[in-house]
Amino acid sequence: MSTATAPAAKQAPAPGTPRPDGSRSVWHRVKDFEPPTRFLPVFVTFALLVGMFGVGGARYDGFADPQTVLSLLTDNGFLVVLAVGMTFVILTGGIDLSVGSNVALSTVIAAKTLQMGWSPLLVVVTVLVVGTVLGTLMGLLIHYLDIQPFIATLAGMFLARGLCYLISAESIPITDDTFSTWAFSTLVLPGGYYVSWSAVVALVPVAVAAFVLASTRFGRTVYAIGGNESSAMLMGLRVASTKVAVYAISGFCAAFGGILFSLYTLSGYSLNAVGMELDAIAAVVIGGTLLTGGRGYVVGSLLGVMVLGLIQTFISFDGTLSSWWTRISIGVLVLVFVVVQRLLTRRQP
Amino acid sequence: MADTLKPPTEVPQTSDDPTQLVVRRGPLAAALSHQLVWPVVALVVLLAVNVAADPGFLAIRIQDGHLFGNLVDILRNSAPVLVVAIGMTLVIATRGIDLSVGAVAAIAGAIACTTLVDSASQGAAATAIIACTYALAVCVLLGLWNGFLVSVVGIQPIIATLVLMVAGRGLAMLVTDGQITTVNNDFFSGMASGFVLTLPIAFVLAVGVYALTALITRRTALGMLIEAVGINPEASRLAGVRSRTIIWTVYVFAGLCAGVAGLVIAANTNSVNANSLGLWIELDAILAVVIGGTSLAGGRFSLTGTLVGAIFIATLARTIASIGIPPEANYLFKAIVVVVVCLLQSPQARGALRAHLAPARSPKGGARA
Repeated sequence: MSTATAPAAKQAPAPGTPRPDGSRSVWHRVKDFEPPTRFLPVFVTFALLVGMFGVGGARYDGFADPQTVLSLLTDNGFLVVLAVGMTFVILTGGIDLSVGSNVALSTVIAAKTLQMGWSPLLVVVTVLVVGTVLGTLMGLLIHYLDIQPFIATLAGMFLARGLCYLISAESIPITDDTFSTWAFSTLVLPGGYYVSWSAVVALVPVAVAAFVLASTRFGRTVYAIGGNESSAMLMGLRVASTKVAVYAISGFCAAFGGILFSLYTLSGYSLNAVGMELDAIAAVVIGGTLLTGGRGYVVGSLLGVMVLGLIQTFISFDGTLSSWWTRISIGVLVLVFVVVQRLLTRRQP
Repeated sequence: MADTLKPPTEVPQTSDDPTQLVVRRGPLAAALSHQLVWPVVALVVLLAVNVAADPGFLAIRIQDGHLFGNLVDILRNSAPVLVVAIGMTLVIATRGIDLSVGAVAAIAGAIACTTLVDSASQGAAATAIIACTYALAVCVLLGLWNGFLVSVVGIQPIIATLVLMVAGRGLAMLVTDGQITTVNNDFFSGMASGFVLTLPIAFVLAVGVYALTALITRRTALGMLIEAVGINPEASRLAGVRSRTIIWTVYVFAGLCAGVAGLVIAANTNSVNANSLGLWIELDAILAVVIGGTSLAGGRFSLTGTLVGAIFIATLARTIASIGIPPEANYLFKAIVVVVVCLLQSPQARGALRAHLAPARSPKGGARA
């Protein structure tokens, strides 16, 4: 396993005849451009997305419409945020099973505190703090007590779900004016297209995460831990704080996703988001992130969520397919990606 | 990849730990260090809580030649988790995990029920046997599939079984056509509600699976080979152990166990709901295995521990119901159990505890590193 901190981008050989001054023409540069192989999985996912759009557009009326993409974002904004957090965790070679329960807990806390008359801003802050604290606790368990991520986040999952029930076993509607305004406000784009503001907000963590992973010391450490934790430790990288931080980030993202989800459903319910952790993991895998850690991109996860959403759109456009085909096709997609990843990584030393 | 580099947890932490030399180990300490002590103590404490809340909790009466009482209920309710957990124990012993068991259980229930409903003589015992055989055969196939992905393709167990966990419920819905299928077959429902030798059939069935597994793994070399594969697959392969076949086999076995559990659950309600049958049973099963002292790092397992663990989980559910806490709080207690068990198993936590206790025993504090 190579750490991704090593510069993987090789200079493409230049068969085009160089000009006397050493530079090459734009045409040659375009012709000889080879994307680094590390971006290949993301391109595959993107190609899959485009292909699915093509097939959908050919089969169903009104499918190949920009509004479909925007609706995808509106309907899956919370999942995008979850997938961002999950990407951090999986990049270090861990896993976070608690995100679904964390979303449910966030919706319940938000609904309950709004019902008690807290100001919306305070509610948002509270939810984010609770989610982050939960994630941090799991990170501490995982790093300092050497408990497997799977088990530690399983405990977090039970804990969050249990807290939901303690707060309220019934669904609480959100009637707060500010929340309703946030929920229904849409961004109207030229051409009559629209997208909900919560979906636009969901893209902010993607951008921030992409920047952090690509160009900060923290991001490099995340990749290094996923490549080889012992090596990262020996290199003197801050393994401990980074490992705790990725779970804190995942918790924060889950809480953020929870707020978006409560805007989407305008209610808080302890049975919300059952199994959403599986969707988030599936999106990350389909986005080309290696489950052993060390390789992957947040943008891939975004595309992965879009693929998942598009499957659902497919099924709702078709009308004859039953809803359970969603789960089957997600499973098949995960399988294909995992097997291909396995074959690709096997070939590399 | 990272956990291969850490010291294996099964290495006793006593020999190389200087603080341990101070402490003398008497027979009591030796007894306390037996791996079954803590699960059994926890179970006894839980039962004591119940008795404190309801003095008649342990009472068992005989009615119509069957045993009735809270304890019997607990045993019957523990059956599905126990069967799944036995399969899971062997998988975890090879350093794997099987997340798909809940989905496999749902598929088993779905196939058995739809076969029963579609057959001409729904009530006949022979039909039930055919339906169950059919369901278990499919579960073996699903286990073969999981084992293939893990042992031949070489995908991490969590991910390989995640595929079926995600897709499996969809497949179960496909079988039942999204309906809640209800069946009417006395033989089939007898699997959950019937009694044999005054005990619930479900529990007898589960204990039968337990006894058979214990016999096969502990009276032959198989158990040792499974542990060898769990400690180091590559080394055991070089030593002549067919690690690939063994890993494949344990996943098939886990699939079969999940199928049996699915049949018992379906029989209990005489129906199958593909969405909810066996939901989260994989987590309960893993919890039972962990409570029983089997290390998630692989390399050693305790079937008896798993038995105690499964009964503990069923007792916990019953306790929460009987002392008047809303049943939803079950999750909260499970979270606490997971954390406590992990802390007890974690060498770091034990080391920290020891380092904390040692200066208290020797006031000079020389033991603190």
